[in-house]
Amino acid sequence: MAALGIAIGGSNWFSALALGVTLLKCLLIPTYHSTDFEVHRNWLAITHSLPISQWYYEATSEWTLDYPPFFAWFEYALSHVAKYFDQEMLNVRNLNYSSSRTLLFQRFSVIFTDALFVYAVHECCKCIDGKKAGKELTEKPKFILSVLLLWNFGLLIVDHIHFQYNGFLSGLMLLSIARFFQKRHMEGAFLFAVLLHFKHIYLYVAPAYGVYLLRSYCFTANKPDGSIRWNSFSFVRLISLGLIVFLVSALSLGPFLALNQLPQVFSRLFPFKRGLCHAYWAPNFWALYSALDKVLSVIGLELKLLDPNKIPKASMTSGLVQQFQHTVLPSVTPLATFICTLIAMLPSVFCLWFKPQGPRGFLRCLILCALSSFMFGWHVHEKAILLAVLPMSLLSVGKAVDASIFLILTTTGHYSLFPLLFTAPEKKSLFLIGWKLSTSLAWDLWKSSVNLYSLSPPGT
Amino acid sequence: MEKWYLMTAAVLLGLIVRWTVSLNSYSGAGKPPMFGDYEAQRHWQEITFNLPIKQWYFNSSDNNLQYWGLDYPPLTAYHSFLCAYVAKFINPDWIALHTSRGYESQAHKLFMRATVLIADLLIYIPAVVLYCCCLKEISTKKKIASVLCILLYPGLILIDYGHFQYNSVSLGFALWGVLGVSYDWDLLGSLAFCLAINYKQMELYHSLPFFCFLLGKCFKKGLKGKGLVLLIKLACTVVASFVLCWLPFFTEREQTLQVLRRLFPVDRGLFEDKVANIWCSFSVFLKIRDILPHHIQIMISFCFTFLSLLPACIKLTLHPSPKGFRFTLVSCALSFFLFSFQVHEKSILLVSLPVCLVLSEIPFMSTWFLLVSTFSMLPLLLKDELLMPSVVTVMAFFIACATSFSIFEKTSEEELQLKCFSTSVRKYFTCFTFLPRIIQHLFLTSVITMILLTIMTVTLDPPQKLPDLFSVLVCFVSCLHFLFFLVYFNIIIMWDSKNGRSQKKIN
Repeated sequence: MAALGIAIGGSNWFSALALGVTLLKCLLIPTYHSTDFEVHRNWLAITHSLPISQWYYEATSEWTLDYPPFFAWFEYALSHVAKYFDQEMLNVRNLNYSSSRTLLFQRFSVIFTDALFVYAVHECCKCIDGKKAGKELTEKPKFILSVLLLWNFGLLIVDHIHFQYNGFLSGLMLLSIARFFQKRHMEGAFLFAVLLHFKHIYLYVAPAYGVYLLRSYCFTANKPDGSIRWNSFSFVRLISLGLIVFLVSALSLGPFLALNQLPQVFSRLFPFKRGLCHAYWAPNFWALYSALDKVLSVIGLELKLLDPNKIPKASMTSGLVQQFQHTVLPSVTPLATFICTLIAMLPSVFCLWFKPQGPRGFLRCLILCALSSFMFGWHVHEKAILLAVLPMSLLSVGKAVDASIFLILTTTGHYSLFPLLFTAPEKKSLFLIGWKLSTSLAWDLWKSSVNLYSLSPPGT
Repeated sequence: MEKWYLMTAAVLLGLIVRWTVSLNSYSGAGKPPMFGDYEAQRHWQEITFNLPIKQWYFNSSDNNLQYWGLDYPPLTAYHSFLCAYVAKFINPDWIALHTSRGYESQAHKLFMRATVLIADLLIYIPAVVLYCCCLKEISTKKKIASVLCILLYPGLILIDYGHFQYNSVSLGFALWGVLGVSYDWDLLGSLAFCLAINYKQMELYHSLPFFCFLLGKCFKKGLKGKGLVLLIKLACTVVASFVLCWLPFFTEREQTLQVLRRLFPVDRGLFEDKVANIWCSFSVFLKIRDILPHHIQIMISFCFTFLSLLPACIKLTLHPSPKGFRFTLVSCALSFFLFSFQVHEKSILLVSLPVCLVLSEIPFMSTWFLLVSTFSMLPLLLKDELLMPSVVTVMAFFIACATSFSIFEKTSEEELQLKCFSTSVRKYFTCFTFLPRIIQHLFLTSVITMILLTIMTVTLDPPQKLPDLFSVLVCFVSCLHFLFFLVYFNIIIMWDSKNGRSQKKIN
């Protein structure tokens, strides 16, 4: 009885938090799910019923496989459990099949794979210095970080309502960051390489990883003033990193290389024909750009500066996903967005190279890369804001300045996810509550961390 | 208060759980011709909106009492009228006379769920927050933990937001009553409690403790002076509130009698369906419902009920104290639940509310009781397809209580408030030191039994000869638990004053 008491008792708040949020996820099972549900069901069907050579060619459903091979293998593994729930969901022709057992299986698979995310959060908490903390549980940085990550409402909305598998993927990213903090660079690199082959959206933050590993891992020592010491370059480390990346890529893309399907795979992974903005605009620079273009074209039409016949019929605001030309302002090409993204990333990357500040600096650069890519990328989904919000949580429990930035980022980020809940007000009011909870939590935690860090001298 | 943000977080968490549970099915969903409680509430909106007051409780061609006739007091009817008024602006089809029977749609479900949430937010939740903020001698953190645990109590959430009822209104009013009376706002407290009774007549389960407590207060103040004044004021408040609520029905004697007939259907039997009280459990062995004549059944239930609650009530009248009041609420309501006439399984919520109030004083036993009370409603919850929310909310509640109050470390005699009792027993049996360990083992056995029964009910089919086997087993097991708790709470009440008196003598 005592052992049970200790296990469940107040000292083990982490388990209570993790269990609590898992129970909340179970309560969210009957909520609305988007087309992404059908997407993943389709991928279960494809990977289960068809041979590998067909995976990236199959197009019975409009939701073709457009994630890297590791994710396809993940779906294949899931499908072997799925067949015990409902065999019918694995039929490629059963479009939009969503029996209650299918729903249960899919939802539980997301909840179950979140275990990796919980483990990653646990590892991240170990990297936080909690010595300055007060005695109150709610003021300990570890507690605050656990709440911010485990109960992240953006992740709850996207994964457990809208339906995706970002939980364990974010877990992989957070785990690789934690490994860098723990000076286990090879593991971190390996985890990131694996992550890239699960979901290639993490290319957004690849520059940060590349530069950091090159600068802080391959060059084993710095000069006393912090600048680079060229003769400390370790070829061994560079080769081993390269080997890791090569081996992981070989494992992932190897089978498709052997089948001569690489171009097809890449065309699926990088569909540049899809247009500058997603169906629901991500709140990035191009959204403002397109909005400005629209405003100018309306003004132009009113003032008779433009010829109505020359204006393309389809509108960027109609919610369709397609290639498109701007009317007044110059059209934007994928190359242009690429260059803009690179330029936006440059300052942080330069800082990482010339003035490395250890894992903390890397984390900052990672967040900035994620935000730059979000702002200027081609065909960005609004869900991509989570790539910036989650690592930012790690920084926010460190300094009050970061905490205030985090508050703004998380509030607006989560708010921008609302259009994903495309149904009855019932779900919207649920998320108003959830958003209020997350912002009030973030606000309170910021306040407590400000109180905490006002005690520490400036400049730390 | 400091840490208001944590309190907000606790309340918001309670709201989130409520709203997510409400996304599930409701009673009678898609089951014509009678449907369930959801349709009953919708029907009452239809009746109260379309018919004049004089016809609300009478059988007529427009108002068929066999199809969910009104059987709650007037305040419920007024509330339904208010909801119907709002419904008319949104979609008059929902309350159209006759044609809206069995109306079901997503929009309507959203509207109905919203009415429950609004009523909860306005009445029950503020009462809970205020009650916990006013608790004495505990830290702010424990106050917030109490709010969280009370708001996460699965029974009320599942019945109000799942099955569909408005218990939070009557329980909320009763809680305002408890608050008022405990902190010497006697008139407001009694007014609130009268509103509770006029919302659901089952609140009469709580009426005796209120009466005894207030009477005791009057006695204490001296029946010749201030006490008499207080008594008269209270009497006037009660009468006035009843008159106000029943005004339209006091115009004719027949109206009043008809409403009373609807509220107290004495023609029905000792119990209906399966409920975890003595009579239903006893009928497993002996079918008293069939053997004894009707009036004898009423007599027996009356006698047993009053015999079991008399000691506590007398004690409360002689020594009124807020603590004694709370515990007497528990034992009185439990006595009524176990022995009274025509009890429904949802009436256990009337016992659960007072137990929630003593959660911070005896966390271990209260948590145990609240878990059993939810378990006792299992057959009803399964019928409404609420298995997943039930399991999840019960687990959430258990984790919340276990982490907030460290209940497993609080099983000593002192913490179970059984010290005086054990000391008295040890005068006769010196070896009586094993009480905490027995209780721990009992708890473990109880939890295992409940889990096993739940699994069996869900996975297995009952044998053909005994189709109700699992429901009866659930009721029987719950009834045994409730008897145990009745004895426990009565022990606390009866042995409490001795401690108090002896303390005073020592001091």
